[in-house]
Amino acid sequence: MRAALLIAGKDLRERLRDRSAILIAVVVPLALAAIFSLTLHDVTSGSITFEYALADEDAGPVATAFREDVLGELERDGLVDLTVASTAAEARTLAERDAVGAAFVLPAGLSAAVASGRPATLSVIGSADAPIAAQVAGSIADGFVAELNAVRLAVATAIASDGGVTDRAALAAAAAATPRPIEIRDVSVERRELDTETFYAAGMAVFFLFFTVQFGITSLLDERRDGTLWRLVAAPIARSSILGGKLLTSFALGLASMVVLVVTTSLTLGAEWGDPAGVALVLLAGVLAATGVMALIATIAKTAEQAGYAQAVAALTLGLLGGAFFPVARVGGAIATLSLLTPHAWFLRGLGELAGGDGPWAVLPAVGAMLAFAAVTGGVALLRLGRMVEP
Amino acid sequence: MQRAGPPVLECTALRKRFGDLLAVDGVGFTIAGGETYGLLGPNGAGKTTTISMVCGLLERDGGTVTVAGRPMTTRSVEAKAAIGYIPQELAIYPDLTARENLAFFARLYGLPRAAVSTRVAEVLDVIGLADRAGDRASEFSGGMKRRLNIGIGLLHRPRLLVLDEPTAGVDPQSRNSILGSIEELSDSGMAVLYTTHYMEEAERLCDRVGIIDGGQLKAEGTRRELVALVGETDRVRLSAAGELEAGLAACLVLPSVREASRHDDGLDLLVDGAAAALPGLLAALGAAGVTVRSVDVAEPNLEAVFLHLTGRALRD
Repeated sequence: MRAALLIAGKDLRERLRDRSAILIAVVVPLALAAIFSLTLHDVTSGSITFEYALADEDAGPVATAFREDVLGELERDGLVDLTVASTAAEARTLAERDAVGAAFVLPAGLSAAVASGRPATLSVIGSADAPIAAQVAGSIADGFVAELNAVRLAVATAIASDGGVTDRAALAAAAAATPRPIEIRDVSVERRELDTETFYAAGMAVFFLFFTVQFGITSLLDERRDGTLWRLVAAPIARSSILGGKLLTSFALGLASMVVLVVTTSLTLGAEWGDPAGVALVLLAGVLAATGVMALIATIAKTAEQAGYAQAVAALTLGLLGGAFFPVARVGGAIATLSLLTPHAWFLRGLGELAGGDGPWAVLPAVGAMLAFAAVTGGVALLRLGRMVEP
Repeated sequence: MQRAGPPVLECTALRKRFGDLLAVDGVGFTIAGGETYGLLGPNGAGKTTTISMVCGLLERDGGTVTVAGRPMTTRSVEAKAAIGYIPQELAIYPDLTARENLAFFARLYGLPRAAVSTRVAEVLDVIGLADRAGDRASEFSGGMKRRLNIGIGLLHRPRLLVLDEPTAGVDPQSRNSILGSIEELSDSGMAVLYTTHYMEEAERLCDRVGIIDGGQLKAEGTRRELVALVGETDRVRLSAAGELEAGLAACLVLPSVREASRHDDGLDLLVDGAAAALPGLLAALGAAGVTVRSVDVAEPNLEAVFLHLTGRALRD
């Protein structure tokens, strides 16, 4: 152990003098996390505001309900910035000139038509340059129309079953006020998703962790190339001490970079990593998994250059698939399932559990998965590492 | 100077095969304390493979190695602690200073923490780098790197110093300095195993020389013992002009001429009893149309021994 510590100490001293290691371990992930957080904050945090126009030529109860209850509520939540147009033509012009993302047109006679059961039209005019805003506007209108149809169906059913109904308006109001029998709330997503700053801080940290840990184990190939490995092999120490020293270097570099990133992103970006004990478990397991994966790849390579290329490809592929750059869990399907084959996905999932407010024990499944990665890849690597210290 | 006493290194019947190539075949020798033993042979002769087995870097297919009375294997700790290994290539950390390089290996070889700084300072003095101790090795000249490379092998005061062609690619001044240091270490009682393909180095440094070629130890002994194998054959170098091909043929028919070859400016001959044979030789050359401008007669050396034993030159 003493020899392994000596070798790790020597390696760490060399790495600290090599600025590229500090760049990869701390500076680049911190910079990218800051850039992603600043540029994508609005999109991912839900605070984006859509600009819409509304032309209310009806002014009846249905139009009022749409204007006040639907659009008004969204406006109060800051999701919609509403411009009132006096005519349908003016609303269309606003959309065509891209002054708004979409325009709602409530034609005259809309409320009367709905009340009498006649066909009615609610128009949505989308801007060609704001497809997302137009799509959202369409969804708002669809939702409102679906609600209207449900009420109309309820009223029609009541009339058909009881000929004594005379006050259709009161019946409609009662139907509209009836609570929905089933309400779907996506509790899981709300609890498990990191906020933007934390997501990108964690994503970049785990992505670059895989590049950082390679500095340790790959230095074995550097020493082989430079001839210093034979001096180590000739020394009165066990060969396992040499391997242990290199793995220790990888682990120490990875853990140090993660701790620095957790602290700096908390202080500078406002990232909220969660319960410290849980974060510590996730970090330790993540570093072990990264060390195991990168050690395994290093044993396949014959030179430091080969190892560098292979490790870069692996780190990039696993990072993308694991959701270090975007939350692949939102995509769902096969990609989300495949992402579970990467330590990155489990690392982010573990932190997500903490973001849900659960205690440190909530990270145990994710920690267990990462330790399994570490055990399998590290175990195979240890079996193969011995050949790297043969002349 | 050859020393008596129990051997520091004993190796017998060393054997190593790489695939179809039998790199070392039955090599064995011993080195006593204070003795310098040279393994002399051309590139690819098996020198580095032999010392790799001696130092426990390489598993051997056969034979035994004992260092300071302890058996050597790739897993030996005590036997390795008795060896100072200086590899052929520079094996230093360029991003560490000279002092840090030495301190790291001193601790790796088990020197107590309190003794490290003192010993490192001593070695820095020995290798002449005391005034550059705080500079990174990457800033050193080639000769300074070589000296640091050697210094690392001396840190733990090994019983046996193993040097694998330490002067390869070194300028003459640094080479002379390195050879002087090795002579001093040998005089201090250290056993030295030295591999080289430079005959001059082997002749200057080594008490005994083993001539190795094709993985086999062809002969070993002191310089005098090895030269005796060749007999009274002298090397005669003629600077000459005229009908050199005819002169070459005329020489080869003389009974005293063992070998003859052309060089750019004349002829090289191996002649038995050159002093007596020279008049007849010059007469034969004159008759063949060769004008001799100068004659240089050299006594037999290790080059001639190698030629005698293997049929080819050291640098072929």
